[in-house]
Amino acid sequence: MKKRKNLQNLMYLPALGLMIVFIVYPLFRGFLYSFYKWNGYSQNMVFVGFKNYLDMMGNQFFGIAFWNTVLYAVLGTLLQEVLGIAFAIFLNSRFTGRIAVRTVIYLPVIISALLIGYMMTFLFQYHYGVFNEILQWFGMKPIDWLRDPGRGRIIISLVTGWHYTGSSMIIFMAGLQNIPDMYIEAAKLDGATKWQLFSRITLPLLQPAVASTVLLNMVGGLKIYDSIVSLTNGGPVQKTNSLSTLISYTYFTSEKAGYASAIGMFQFVFIFIISFFINRYFAGKEVEY
Amino acid sequence: MDKIKGHPLSSGGKIQERNKKEKVWWKYMVSLVIIVIYLLPIYVLVVMSFKEKTDFSSRLLLPDYLYLDNYIKALKEGGFFNALKNTCFVTALTVGIIVILGCMAAYPLSRNRSKLNRIIKSICMGVMMIPSLSILVGVYTEIVSMNGVNCFWPVIVIGAAFGLPTAILLYSNFINSIPSSLDEAAALDGASPFKTFWHVILPQLKPVTATLVIQQGVGAWNNFVYPSYFLQKPAKYTLVLLIRQYFGTADSGSNLNGAAAVAILSTLPIVVLYIFMQKYFIQGQIDGAVK
Repeated sequence: MKKRKNLQNLMYLPALGLMIVFIVYPLFRGFLYSFYKWNGYSQNMVFVGFKNYLDMMGNQFFGIAFWNTVLYAVLGTLLQEVLGIAFAIFLNSRFTGRIAVRTVIYLPVIISALLIGYMMTFLFQYHYGVFNEILQWFGMKPIDWLRDPGRGRIIISLVTGWHYTGSSMIIFMAGLQNIPDMYIEAAKLDGATKWQLFSRITLPLLQPAVASTVLLNMVGGLKIYDSIVSLTNGGPVQKTNSLSTLISYTYFTSEKAGYASAIGMFQFVFIFIISFFINRYFAGKEVEY
Repeated sequence: MDKIKGHPLSSGGKIQERNKKEKVWWKYMVSLVIIVIYLLPIYVLVVMSFKEKTDFSSRLLLPDYLYLDNYIKALKEGGFFNALKNTCFVTALTVGIIVILGCMAAYPLSRNRSKLNRIIKSICMGVMMIPSLSILVGVYTEIVSMNGVNCFWPVIVIGAAFGLPTAILLYSNFINSIPSSLDEAAALDGASPFKTFWHVILPQLKPVTATLVIQQGVGAWNNFVYPSYFLQKPAKYTLVLLIRQYFGTADSGSNLNGAAAVAILSTLPIVVLYIFMQKYFIQGQIDGAVK
Protein backbone atom coordinates (compact mmCIF):
# COMPACT_ATOMS: atom_id res chain seq x y z
CA MET A 1 0.00 0.00 0.00
CA LYS A 2 2.82 2.33 0.92
CA LYS A 3 4.51 1.48 -2.33
CA ARG A 4 1.33 2.27 -4.21
CA LYS A 5 1.02 5.63 -2.48
CA ASN A 6 4.60 6.48 -3.30
CA LEU A 7 4.11 5.57 -6.94
CA GLN A 8 1.02 7.71 -6.95
CA ASN A 9 2.94 10.64 -5.51
CA LEU A 10 5.40 10.46 -8.39
CA MET A 11 2.63 11.87 -10.52
CA TYR A 12 2.93 15.36 -9.12
CA LEU A 13 6.68 15.58 -9.52
CA PRO A 14 6.67 17.08 -13.04
CA ALA A 15 4.25 19.86 -12.11
CA LEU A 16 6.05 20.54 -8.86
CA GLY A 17 9.40 20.54 -10.62
CA LEU A 18 8.25 23.06 -13.18
CA MET A 19 6.88 25.42 -10.57
CA ILE A 20 9.93 25.16 -8.35
CA VAL A 21 12.46 25.67 -11.12
CA PHE A 22 10.72 28.56 -12.83
CA ILE A 23 8.90 30.34 -10.02
CA VAL A 24 10.07 29.41 -6.54
CA TYR A 25 13.79 29.31 -7.35
CA PRO A 26 13.71 32.71 -9.12
CA LEU A 27 11.89 34.07 -6.10
CA PHE A 28 14.76 33.04 -3.84
CA ARG A 29 17.34 34.30 -6.31
CA GLY A 30 15.49 37.60 -6.45
CA PHE A 31 15.54 37.74 -2.69
CA LEU A 32 19.33 37.29 -2.73
CA TYR A 33 19.83 39.82 -5.52
CA SER A 34 17.92 42.41 -3.54
CA PHE A 35 20.86 42.71 -1.19
CA TYR A 36 23.32 43.60 -3.94
CA LYS A 37 24.06 46.55 -6.12
CA TRP A 38 24.16 45.13 -9.63
CA ASN A 39 23.28 46.22 -13.14
CA GLY A 40 21.93 42.83 -14.14
CA TYR A 41 24.62 41.61 -16.50
CA SER A 42 28.14 42.47 -15.39
CA GLN A 43 30.26 40.24 -13.17
CA ASN A 44 30.45 43.04 -10.68
CA MET A 45 27.99 42.55 -7.81
CA VAL A 46 28.48 44.54 -4.63
CA PHE A 47 26.86 43.44 -1.39
CA VAL A 48 24.99 46.37 0.12
CA GLY A 49 22.80 44.75 2.73
CA PHE A 50 19.51 46.54 3.24
CA LYS A 51 20.50 49.62 1.30
CA ASN A 52 18.18 48.84 -1.62
CA TYR A 53 15.24 48.58 0.73
CA LEU A 54 16.13 51.78 2.55
CA ASP A 55 16.59 53.62 -0.74
CA MET A 56 13.26 52.27 -1.86
CA MET A 57 11.42 53.60 1.16
CA GLY A 58 12.86 57.06 0.70
CA ASN A 59 12.50 57.15 -3.05
CA GLN A 60 9.92 59.53 -4.46
CA PHE A 61 9.14 57.37 -7.48
CA PHE A 62 8.62 54.30 -5.36
CA GLY A 63 6.16 56.16 -3.18
CA ILE A 64 4.27 57.37 -6.24
CA ALA A 65 4.16 53.89 -7.75
CA PHE A 66 3.02 52.38 -4.47
CA TRP A 67 0.12 54.75 -3.93
CA ASN A 68 -0.81 54.53 -7.62
CA THR A 69 -0.98 50.76 -7.27
CA VAL A 70 -3.23 51.04 -4.22
CA LEU A 71 -5.48 53.47 -6.08
CA TYR A 72 -5.71 51.28 -9.16
CA ALA A 73 -6.61 48.27 -7.05
CA VAL A 74 -9.12 49.97 -4.75
CA LEU A 75 -10.88 52.09 -7.35
CA GLY A 76 -10.91 49.28 -9.89
CA THR A 77 -12.30 46.84 -7.34
CA LEU A 78 -14.94 49.30 -6.13
CA LEU A 79 -16.17 49.82 -9.67
CA GLN A 80 -16.26 46.12 -10.38
CA GLU A 81 -18.12 45.28 -7.18
CA VAL A 82 -20.76 47.97 -7.53
CA LEU A 83 -21.30 47.58 -11.26
CA GLY A 84 -20.94 43.81 -11.07
CA ILE A 85 -23.74 43.48 -8.53
CA ALA A 86 -25.86 46.10 -10.32
CA PHE A 87 -25.52 44.37 -13.67
CA ALA A 88 -26.12 40.94 -12.13
CA ILE A 89 -29.36 42.07 -10.52
CA PHE A 90 -30.38 43.91 -13.67
CA LEU A 91 -29.87 40.78 -15.74
CA ASN A 92 -31.47 38.50 -13.22
CA SER A 93 -34.97 38.84 -14.61
CA ARG A 94 -36.16 37.75 -17.97
CA PHE A 95 -36.38 40.25 -20.81
CA THR A 96 -35.56 40.21 -24.50
CA GLY A 97 -31.95 41.03 -25.23
CA ARG A 98 -30.82 39.94 -21.79
CA ILE A 99 -28.29 37.50 -23.21
CA ALA A 100 -27.01 40.15 -25.63
CA VAL A 101 -26.30 42.54 -22.77
CA ARG A 102 -24.51 39.83 -20.82
CA THR A 103 -22.44 38.92 -23.88
CA VAL A 104 -21.41 42.52 -24.44
CA ILE A 105 -20.47 43.21 -20.81
CA TYR A 106 -18.29 40.10 -20.58
CA LEU A 107 -16.65 40.56 -23.99
CA PRO A 108 -13.82 42.89 -22.89
CA VAL A 109 -12.67 40.29 -20.34
CA ILE A 110 -11.29 38.07 -23.09
CA ILE A 111 -9.43 40.87 -24.88
CA SER A 112 -5.82 41.43 -23.92
CA ALA A 113 -5.24 44.22 -21.42
CA LEU A 114 -2.61 45.73 -23.70
CA LEU A 115 -5.11 46.09 -26.52
CA ILE A 116 -7.78 47.43 -24.16
CA GLY A 117 -5.34 50.19 -23.27
CA TYR A 118 -4.63 51.01 -26.91
CA MET A 119 -8.36 51.04 -27.69
CA MET A 120 -8.89 53.49 -24.87
CA THR A 121 -6.17 55.78 -26.19
CA PHE A 122 -8.33 56.22 -29.28
CA LEU A 123 -10.93 57.70 -26.97
CA PHE A 124 -8.63 59.70 -24.74
CA GLN A 125 -5.97 61.03 -27.09
CA TYR A 126 -5.56 64.79 -27.16
CA HIS A 127 -5.63 64.97 -30.95
CA TYR A 128 -8.53 63.21 -32.66
CA GLY A 129 -9.59 61.46 -29.47
CA VAL A 130 -13.29 60.72 -29.33
CA PHE A 131 -13.90 62.40 -26.00
CA ASN A 132 -12.15 65.62 -27.00
CA GLU A 133 -14.18 65.56 -30.19
CA ILE A 134 -17.38 65.33 -28.16
CA LEU A 135 -16.19 68.20 -25.96
CA GLN A 136 -15.64 70.33 -29.04
CA TRP A 137 -19.20 69.67 -30.19
CA PHE A 138 -20.26 71.51 -27.05
CA GLY A 139 -17.81 74.30 -27.68
CA MET A 140 -15.55 73.21 -24.84
CA LYS A 141 -11.78 73.08 -24.89
CA PRO A 142 -10.03 69.76 -25.41
CA ILE A 143 -8.52 68.17 -22.32
CA ASP A 144 -5.18 66.39 -22.12
CA TRP A 145 -6.56 63.26 -20.52
CA LEU A 146 -3.64 60.91 -20.43
CA ARG A 147 -0.66 63.19 -20.06
CA ASP A 148 -1.83 64.69 -16.81
CA PRO A 149 -0.82 62.34 -14.00
CA GLY A 150 -3.94 62.85 -11.90
CA ARG A 151 -6.31 62.28 -14.79
CA GLY A 152 -4.15 59.49 -16.14
CA ARG A 153 -4.44 57.59 -12.87
CA ILE A 154 -8.21 57.88 -12.75
CA ILE A 155 -8.45 56.77 -16.35
CA ILE A 156 -6.29 53.73 -15.69
CA SER A 157 -8.57 52.77 -12.81
CA LEU A 158 -11.72 53.31 -14.86
CA VAL A 159 -10.33 51.28 -17.75
CA THR A 160 -9.54 48.42 -15.39
CA GLY A 161 -13.11 48.57 -14.12
CA TRP A 162 -14.53 48.60 -17.66
CA HIS A 163 -12.32 45.72 -18.67
CA TYR A 164 -13.07 43.28 -15.86
CA THR A 165 -16.54 44.15 -14.53
CA GLY A 166 -17.97 41.37 -16.69
CA SER A 167 -16.08 38.73 -14.76
CA SER A 168 -17.39 39.94 -11.41
CA MET A 169 -20.87 40.19 -12.87
CA ILE A 170 -20.81 36.54 -13.89
CA ILE A 171 -19.76 35.46 -10.41
CA PHE A 172 -22.55 37.55 -8.87
CA MET A 173 -25.09 36.12 -11.29
CA ALA A 174 -24.14 32.66 -10.11
CA GLY A 175 -24.41 33.85 -6.52
CA LEU A 176 -27.89 35.28 -7.11
CA GLN A 177 -29.04 31.96 -8.51
CA ASN A 178 -28.18 30.39 -5.19
CA ILE A 179 -30.54 32.59 -3.21
CA PRO A 180 -33.73 30.60 -2.62
CA ASP A 181 -36.87 32.31 -3.91
CA MET A 182 -38.50 31.28 -0.69
CA TYR A 183 -36.61 33.93 1.28
CA ILE A 184 -37.61 36.69 -1.11
CA GLU A 185 -41.24 35.57 -1.09
CA ALA A 186 -41.37 35.39 2.67
CA ALA A 187 -39.89 38.85 3.02
CA LYS A 188 -42.29 40.28 0.47
CA LEU A 189 -45.20 38.79 2.38
CA ASP A 190 -43.86 40.56 5.43
CA GLY A 191 -44.02 43.82 3.47
CA ALA A 192 -40.33 44.39 2.81
CA THR A 193 -39.39 47.25 0.46
CA LYS A 194 -37.08 46.74 -2.53
CA TRP A 195 -34.21 48.30 -0.64
CA GLN A 196 -34.81 46.12 2.40
CA LEU A 197 -34.91 43.04 0.18
CA PHE A 198 -31.56 44.00 -1.23
CA SER A 199 -29.77 45.06 1.93
CA ARG A 200 -31.16 42.46 4.34
CA ILE A 201 -31.38 39.38 2.14
CA THR A 202 -29.65 39.63 -1.24
CA LEU A 203 -26.46 41.37 -0.20
CA PRO A 204 -25.71 39.26 2.90
CA LEU A 205 -26.37 36.04 0.98
CA LEU A 206 -24.00 37.25 -1.74
CA GLN A 207 -21.12 37.41 0.73
CA PRO A 208 -19.23 34.42 -0.72
CA ALA A 209 -19.42 36.01 -4.18
CA VAL A 210 -18.33 39.37 -2.75
CA ALA A 211 -15.44 37.68 -0.95
CA SER A 212 -14.21 35.89 -4.09
CA THR A 213 -14.55 38.91 -6.35
CA VAL A 214 -12.94 41.35 -3.90
CA LEU A 215 -9.96 39.04 -3.52
CA LEU A 216 -9.57 38.42 -7.25
CA ASN A 217 -10.06 42.08 -8.15
CA MET A 218 -7.76 43.49 -5.46
CA VAL A 219 -4.94 41.07 -6.23
CA GLY A 220 -5.40 41.61 -9.96
CA GLY A 221 -5.42 45.36 -9.50
CA LEU A 222 -2.28 45.34 -7.37
CA LYS A 223 -0.44 43.48 -10.12
CA ILE A 224 -1.59 45.74 -12.94
CA TYR A 225 0.91 46.09 -15.80
CA ASP A 226 -0.23 45.63 -19.43
CA SER A 227 -2.83 48.39 -19.64
CA ILE A 228 -0.47 50.95 -18.10
CA VAL A 229 2.10 50.19 -20.79
CA SER A 230 -0.40 50.95 -23.53
CA LEU A 231 -2.22 53.85 -21.89
CA THR A 232 0.57 55.96 -20.46
CA ASN A 233 3.69 53.79 -20.33
CA GLY A 234 4.09 54.95 -16.76
CA GLY A 235 4.30 58.55 -17.86
CA PRO A 236 4.49 61.40 -17.72
CA VAL A 237 7.86 61.08 -16.05
CA GLN A 238 7.04 57.80 -14.29
CA LYS A 239 4.11 59.34 -12.46
CA THR A 240 1.45 56.79 -13.37
CA ASN A 241 3.63 53.74 -12.72
CA SER A 242 2.35 50.79 -10.78
CA LEU A 243 4.75 48.65 -8.76
CA SER A 244 4.91 46.21 -11.67
CA THR A 245 5.80 48.79 -14.31
CA LEU A 246 8.29 50.36 -11.89
CA ILE A 247 10.06 47.02 -11.48
CA SER A 248 10.32 46.63 -15.24
CA TYR A 249 11.56 50.19 -15.72
CA THR A 250 14.09 49.90 -12.90
CA TYR A 251 15.51 46.64 -14.19
CA PHE A 252 15.63 47.21 -17.94
CA THR A 253 15.89 50.97 -18.30
CA SER A 254 17.64 52.06 -15.13
CA GLU A 255 19.70 48.87 -15.05
CA LYS A 256 19.37 48.45 -11.31
CA ALA A 257 18.81 44.74 -10.89
CA GLY A 258 19.31 44.63 -7.14
CA TYR A 259 16.98 47.52 -6.50
CA ALA A 260 14.37 46.10 -8.88
CA SER A 261 14.53 42.80 -6.99
CA ALA A 262 13.93 44.64 -3.74
CA ILE A 263 10.80 46.26 -5.16
CA GLY A 264 9.74 42.81 -6.37
CA MET A 265 10.13 41.31 -2.92
CA PHE A 266 8.16 44.15 -1.43
CA GLN A 267 5.38 43.67 -3.99
CA PHE A 268 5.17 39.95 -3.23
CA VAL A 269 5.00 40.40 0.54
CA PHE A 270 2.57 43.30 0.26
CA ILE A 271 0.15 41.36 -1.96
CA PHE A 272 0.46 38.32 0.28
CA ILE A 273 -0.42 40.36 3.36
CA ILE A 274 -3.36 42.06 1.65
CA SER A 275 -4.73 38.67 0.51
CA PHE A 276 -4.39 37.35 4.02
CA PHE A 277 -6.37 40.21 5.52
CA ILE A 278 -9.04 40.09 2.84
CA ASN A 279 -9.53 36.37 3.49
CA ARG A 280 -9.64 36.97 7.23
CA TYR A 281 -12.16 39.76 6.91
CA PHE A 282 -14.56 37.73 4.83
CA ALA A 283 -14.09 34.46 6.70
CA GLY A 284 -15.97 35.90 9.64
CA LYS A 285 -18.87 37.09 7.56
CA GLU A 286 -20.63 33.94 6.43
CA VAL A 287 -24.35 34.36 6.79
CA GLU A 288 -27.01 31.71 7.07
CA TYR A 289 -30.73 32.06 7.46
CA MET B 1 -32.63 29.33 -22.18
CA ASP B 2 -31.19 29.17 -18.70
CA LYS B 3 -33.54 29.13 -15.78
CA ILE B 4 -33.69 32.45 -14.05
CA LYS B 5 -34.79 32.90 -10.48
CA GLY B 6 -35.33 36.53 -9.84
CA HIS B 7 -37.32 38.71 -7.60
CA PRO B 8 -40.60 37.42 -8.98
CA LEU B 9 -42.96 40.06 -10.21
CA SER B 10 -46.32 39.41 -8.69
CA SER B 11 -48.70 37.56 -10.96
CA GLY B 12 -52.12 38.51 -12.24
CA GLY B 13 -54.06 41.77 -11.96
CA LYS B 14 -54.37 44.59 -14.47
CA ILE B 15 -52.36 47.15 -12.52
CA GLN B 16 -49.51 44.70 -12.18
CA GLU B 17 -49.68 44.05 -15.94
CA ARG B 18 -49.27 47.75 -16.70
CA ASN B 19 -46.45 48.12 -14.20
CA LYS B 20 -44.77 45.14 -15.79
CA LYS B 21 -44.90 46.77 -19.21
CA GLU B 22 -43.40 50.02 -17.91
CA LYS B 23 -40.70 48.14 -16.07
CA VAL B 24 -39.62 46.25 -19.17
CA TRP B 25 -39.46 49.44 -21.24
CA TRP B 26 -37.06 50.94 -18.67
CA LYS B 27 -34.89 47.84 -18.98
CA TYR B 28 -34.56 48.31 -22.73
CA MET B 29 -33.32 51.88 -22.22
CA VAL B 30 -30.73 50.82 -19.68
CA SER B 31 -29.67 47.90 -21.90
CA LEU B 32 -29.11 50.30 -24.76
CA VAL B 33 -26.95 52.60 -22.64
CA ILE B 34 -24.90 49.66 -21.39
CA ILE B 35 -24.41 48.30 -24.89
CA VAL B 36 -23.30 51.69 -26.20
CA ILE B 37 -20.79 52.18 -23.37
CA TYR B 38 -19.38 48.71 -23.78
CA LEU B 39 -19.25 48.62 -27.56
CA LEU B 40 -18.02 52.17 -28.13
CA PRO B 41 -14.27 51.42 -27.93
CA ILE B 42 -14.71 48.32 -30.04
CA TYR B 43 -16.81 50.22 -32.57
CA VAL B 44 -14.11 52.89 -32.86
CA LEU B 45 -11.47 50.22 -33.40
CA VAL B 46 -13.48 48.54 -36.16
CA VAL B 47 -14.34 51.81 -37.87
CA MET B 48 -10.72 52.98 -37.84
CA SER B 49 -9.47 49.72 -39.29
CA PHE B 50 -11.40 50.40 -42.47
CA LYS B 51 -10.01 53.90 -42.96
CA GLU B 52 -6.93 55.07 -44.83
CA LYS B 53 -3.89 56.28 -42.94
CA THR B 54 -4.51 59.84 -44.09
CA ASP B 55 -8.20 59.80 -43.22
CA PHE B 56 -8.54 62.01 -40.18
CA SER B 57 -12.31 62.12 -40.11
CA SER B 58 -14.09 61.70 -36.82
CA ARG B 59 -13.48 58.34 -35.25
CA LEU B 60 -17.15 58.04 -34.57
CA LEU B 61 -18.11 58.28 -38.21
CA LEU B 62 -18.38 55.28 -40.43
CA PRO B 63 -15.83 55.34 -43.24
CA ASP B 64 -16.96 56.72 -46.60
CA TYR B 65 -15.94 53.47 -48.18
CA LEU B 66 -14.49 50.25 -46.90
CA TYR B 67 -10.73 50.63 -47.21
CA LEU B 68 -9.44 47.11 -47.13
CA ASP B 69 -5.77 47.86 -47.63
CA ASN B 70 -5.04 47.86 -43.92
CA TYR B 71 -6.16 44.26 -43.73
CA ILE B 72 -4.51 43.22 -46.97
CA LYS B 73 -1.22 44.79 -45.93
CA ALA B 74 -1.39 43.17 -42.51
CA LEU B 75 -2.04 39.75 -43.96
CA LYS B 76 0.53 39.98 -46.75
CA GLU B 77 3.55 41.78 -45.41
CA GLY B 78 2.67 42.70 -41.86
CA GLY B 79 3.98 39.59 -40.22
CA PHE B 80 0.49 38.64 -39.15
CA PHE B 81 0.55 35.02 -40.24
CA ASN B 82 3.90 34.53 -38.66
CA ALA B 83 2.71 35.96 -35.37
CA LEU B 84 -0.47 33.90 -35.61
CA LYS B 85 1.57 30.76 -36.09
CA ASN B 86 3.78 31.65 -33.13
CA THR B 87 0.83 32.43 -30.90
CA CYS B 88 -0.97 29.19 -31.76
CA PHE B 89 2.17 27.23 -31.07
CA VAL B 90 2.88 28.86 -27.72
CA THR B 91 -0.76 28.71 -26.62
CA ALA B 92 -1.19 25.05 -27.56
CA LEU B 93 1.94 23.93 -25.75
CA THR B 94 1.30 26.06 -22.68
CA VAL B 95 -2.26 24.78 -22.31
CA GLY B 96 -1.16 21.22 -23.07
CA ILE B 97 1.41 21.27 -20.29
CA ILE B 98 -1.00 22.86 -17.83
CA VAL B 99 -3.71 20.28 -18.49
CA ILE B 100 -1.50 17.19 -18.54
CA LEU B 101 0.77 18.04 -15.63
CA GLY B 102 -2.10 19.60 -13.72
CA CYS B 103 -4.48 16.64 -13.67
CA MET B 104 -1.62 14.26 -13.01
CA ALA B 105 -0.54 16.32 -10.02
CA ALA B 106 -4.08 16.77 -8.71
CA TYR B 107 -4.72 13.03 -8.49
CA PRO B 108 -2.31 12.11 -5.69
CA LEU B 109 -2.82 15.47 -3.97
CA SER B 110 -6.54 14.78 -3.82
CA ARG B 111 -6.50 11.06 -3.00
CA ASN B 112 -3.55 10.87 -0.65
CA ARG B 113 -3.79 13.38 2.17
CA SER B 114 -0.51 12.68 3.87
CA LYS B 115 1.26 15.44 5.75
CA LEU B 116 3.81 15.74 2.95
CA ASN B 117 1.11 16.03 0.35
CA ARG B 118 -0.74 18.68 2.26
CA ILE B 119 2.45 20.73 2.43
CA ILE B 120 2.99 20.21 -1.29
CA LYS B 121 -0.56 21.37 -1.98
CA SER B 122 0.04 24.50 0.11
CA ILE B 123 3.17 25.22 -1.90
CA CYS B 124 1.13 24.93 -5.10
CA MET B 125 -1.46 27.35 -3.76
CA GLY B 126 1.29 29.63 -2.51
CA VAL B 127 2.75 29.85 -5.99
CA MET B 128 -0.55 31.34 -7.10
CA MET B 129 0.23 34.32 -4.88
CA ILE B 130 3.53 35.21 -6.54
CA PRO B 131 3.14 38.14 -8.95
CA SER B 132 4.79 37.70 -12.35
CA LEU B 133 6.87 40.82 -11.97
CA SER B 134 8.12 40.20 -8.46
CA ILE B 135 10.36 37.46 -9.79
CA LEU B 136 11.32 39.29 -13.00
CA VAL B 137 15.00 39.68 -12.21
CA GLY B 138 15.34 36.08 -10.98
CA VAL B 139 13.54 34.62 -13.99
CA TYR B 140 15.25 36.77 -16.57
CA THR B 141 18.75 36.08 -15.34
CA GLU B 142 17.95 32.38 -15.09
CA ILE B 143 16.66 32.20 -18.67
CA VAL B 144 19.59 34.24 -20.00
CA SER B 145 21.96 31.82 -18.35
CA MET B 146 20.11 29.00 -20.14
CA ASN B 147 20.41 30.85 -23.49
CA GLY B 148 16.67 31.10 -23.69
CA VAL B 149 16.31 34.62 -25.08
CA ASN B 150 14.47 34.69 -28.42
CA CYS B 151 13.31 31.12 -27.89
CA PHE B 152 9.73 30.04 -27.33
CA TRP B 153 10.38 27.55 -24.56
CA PRO B 154 10.83 30.07 -21.71
CA VAL B 155 7.50 31.69 -22.55
CA ILE B 156 5.76 28.32 -22.71
CA VAL B 157 7.32 26.94 -19.57
CA ILE B 158 6.82 30.06 -17.45
CA GLY B 159 3.26 30.48 -18.68
CA ALA B 160 2.60 26.86 -17.77
CA ALA B 161 4.20 27.23 -14.35
CA PHE B 162 1.94 30.17 -13.51
CA GLY B 163 -1.14 28.35 -14.77
CA LEU B 164 -0.53 25.08 -12.93
CA PRO B 165 -1.80 26.13 -9.46
CA THR B 166 -5.25 27.00 -10.82
CA ALA B 167 -5.36 23.75 -12.78
CA ILE B 168 -4.34 21.72 -9.75
CA LEU B 169 -6.94 23.47 -7.61
CA LEU B 170 -9.76 22.89 -10.08
CA TYR B 171 -8.80 19.30 -10.83
CA SER B 172 -8.32 18.29 -7.20
CA ASN B 173 -11.66 19.81 -6.18
CA PHE B 174 -13.29 17.83 -8.94
CA ILE B 175 -11.46 14.58 -8.15
CA ASN B 176 -12.58 14.95 -4.53
CA SER B 177 -16.11 14.41 -5.75
CA ILE B 178 -15.24 11.16 -7.51
CA PRO B 179 -15.78 8.28 -5.07
CA SER B 180 -12.51 6.66 -4.13
CA SER B 181 -14.25 3.29 -4.17
CA LEU B 182 -13.70 3.39 -7.93
CA ASP B 183 -9.97 3.67 -7.37
CA GLU B 184 -10.04 0.80 -4.91
CA ALA B 185 -11.96 -1.41 -7.34
CA ALA B 186 -9.35 -0.75 -10.01
CA ALA B 187 -6.56 -1.44 -7.52
CA LEU B 188 -8.14 -4.76 -6.62
CA ASP B 189 -8.12 -5.61 -10.30
CA GLY B 190 -4.37 -5.12 -10.23
CA ALA B 191 -4.13 -1.71 -11.87
CA SER B 192 -1.13 0.50 -11.07
CA PRO B 193 -1.85 4.02 -9.78
CA PHE B 194 -1.16 5.49 -13.18
CA LYS B 195 -3.42 2.98 -14.94
CA THR B 196 -6.15 3.69 -12.39
CA PHE B 197 -5.79 7.37 -13.12
CA TRP B 198 -5.78 6.86 -16.86
CA HIS B 199 -8.79 4.56 -17.11
CA VAL B 200 -10.95 5.55 -14.16
CA ILE B 201 -10.35 9.22 -13.35
CA LEU B 202 -9.19 10.86 -16.54
CA PRO B 203 -12.31 10.24 -18.64
CA GLN B 204 -14.42 11.97 -16.01
CA LEU B 205 -12.30 15.12 -16.00
CA LYS B 206 -13.56 16.38 -19.34
CA PRO B 207 -15.73 19.25 -18.03
CA VAL B 208 -12.89 20.68 -15.94
CA THR B 209 -10.48 20.25 -18.83
CA ALA B 210 -12.81 22.08 -21.18
CA THR B 211 -13.16 25.15 -18.98
CA LEU B 212 -9.46 25.07 -18.13
CA VAL B 213 -8.45 24.94 -21.80
CA ILE B 214 -10.56 27.98 -22.53
CA GLN B 215 -9.51 29.96 -19.48
CA GLN B 216 -5.78 29.23 -19.74
CA GLY B 217 -5.87 29.35 -23.54
CA VAL B 218 -7.19 32.89 -23.59
CA GLY B 219 -4.60 33.86 -20.96
CA ALA B 220 -1.78 32.38 -23.00
CA TRP B 221 -3.05 33.97 -26.24
CA ASN B 222 -3.14 37.41 -24.63
CA ASN B 223 -0.02 36.99 -22.52
CA PHE B 224 2.23 40.05 -22.72
CA VAL B 225 4.68 40.34 -19.82
CA TYR B 226 7.19 37.56 -20.36
CA PRO B 227 6.80 37.32 -24.15
CA SER B 228 7.73 41.01 -24.31
CA TYR B 229 10.99 40.30 -22.51
CA PHE B 230 11.98 37.07 -24.19
CA LEU B 231 10.74 37.37 -27.76
CA GLN B 232 12.71 40.31 -29.01
CA LYS B 233 13.14 39.44 -32.67
CA PRO B 234 10.08 40.35 -34.78
CA ALA B 235 10.21 36.90 -36.37
CA LYS B 236 9.37 35.47 -32.96
CA TYR B 237 6.59 37.89 -32.09
CA THR B 238 3.28 36.63 -30.83
CA LEU B 239 0.13 38.54 -31.81
CA VAL B 240 0.21 40.74 -28.69
CA LEU B 241 3.75 41.80 -29.50
CA LEU B 242 2.75 42.52 -33.09
CA ILE B 243 -0.01 44.76 -31.78
CA ARG B 244 2.47 46.61 -29.64
CA GLN B 245 4.79 47.04 -32.60
CA TYR B 246 2.06 48.60 -34.71
CA PHE B 247 0.67 50.86 -32.01
CA GLY B 248 3.95 51.77 -30.48
CA THR B 249 5.61 53.76 -33.25
CA ALA B 250 5.94 57.47 -32.64
CA ASP B 251 2.78 59.49 -33.03
CA SER B 252 3.74 61.26 -36.24
CA GLY B 253 4.88 58.23 -38.16
CA SER B 254 2.33 55.79 -36.97
CA ASN B 255 -0.49 54.30 -38.93
CA LEU B 256 -3.07 53.83 -36.23
CA ASN B 257 -5.66 52.66 -38.72
CA GLY B 258 -3.34 49.91 -39.88
CA ALA B 259 -2.70 49.03 -36.26
CA ALA B 260 -6.44 48.78 -35.69
CA ALA B 261 -6.70 46.25 -38.50
CA VAL B 262 -3.94 44.14 -36.98
CA ALA B 263 -5.62 44.32 -33.60
CA ILE B 264 -8.95 43.17 -35.00
CA LEU B 265 -7.33 40.27 -36.85
CA SER B 266 -5.50 39.21 -33.71
CA THR B 267 -8.53 39.27 -31.45
CA LEU B 268 -10.99 37.79 -33.94
CA PRO B 269 -10.16 34.12 -33.25
CA ILE B 270 -10.81 34.49 -29.53
CA VAL B 271 -13.96 36.55 -30.04
CA VAL B 272 -15.35 34.01 -32.50
CA LEU B 273 -14.59 31.24 -30.02
CA TYR B 274 -16.32 33.27 -27.32
CA ILE B 275 -19.47 33.83 -29.36
CA PHE B 276 -19.81 30.12 -30.06
CA MET B 277 -18.69 28.72 -26.75
CA GLN B 278 -19.87 31.34 -24.33
CA LYS B 279 -21.12 28.69 -21.96
CA TYR B 280 -17.57 27.47 -21.31
CA PHE B 281 -16.19 30.96 -20.78
CA ILE B 282 -18.90 31.76 -18.27
CA GLN B 283 -18.49 28.45 -16.47
CA GLY B 284 -14.74 28.91 -16.30
CA GLN B 285 -15.20 32.29 -14.71
CA ILE B 286 -17.41 30.83 -12.00
CA ASP B 287 -15.16 27.84 -11.35
CA GLY B 288 -12.15 30.05 -11.01
CA ALA B 289 -13.77 31.97 -8.20
CA VAL B 290 -14.98 29.15 -6.02
CA LYS B 291 -12.42 28.21 -3.40
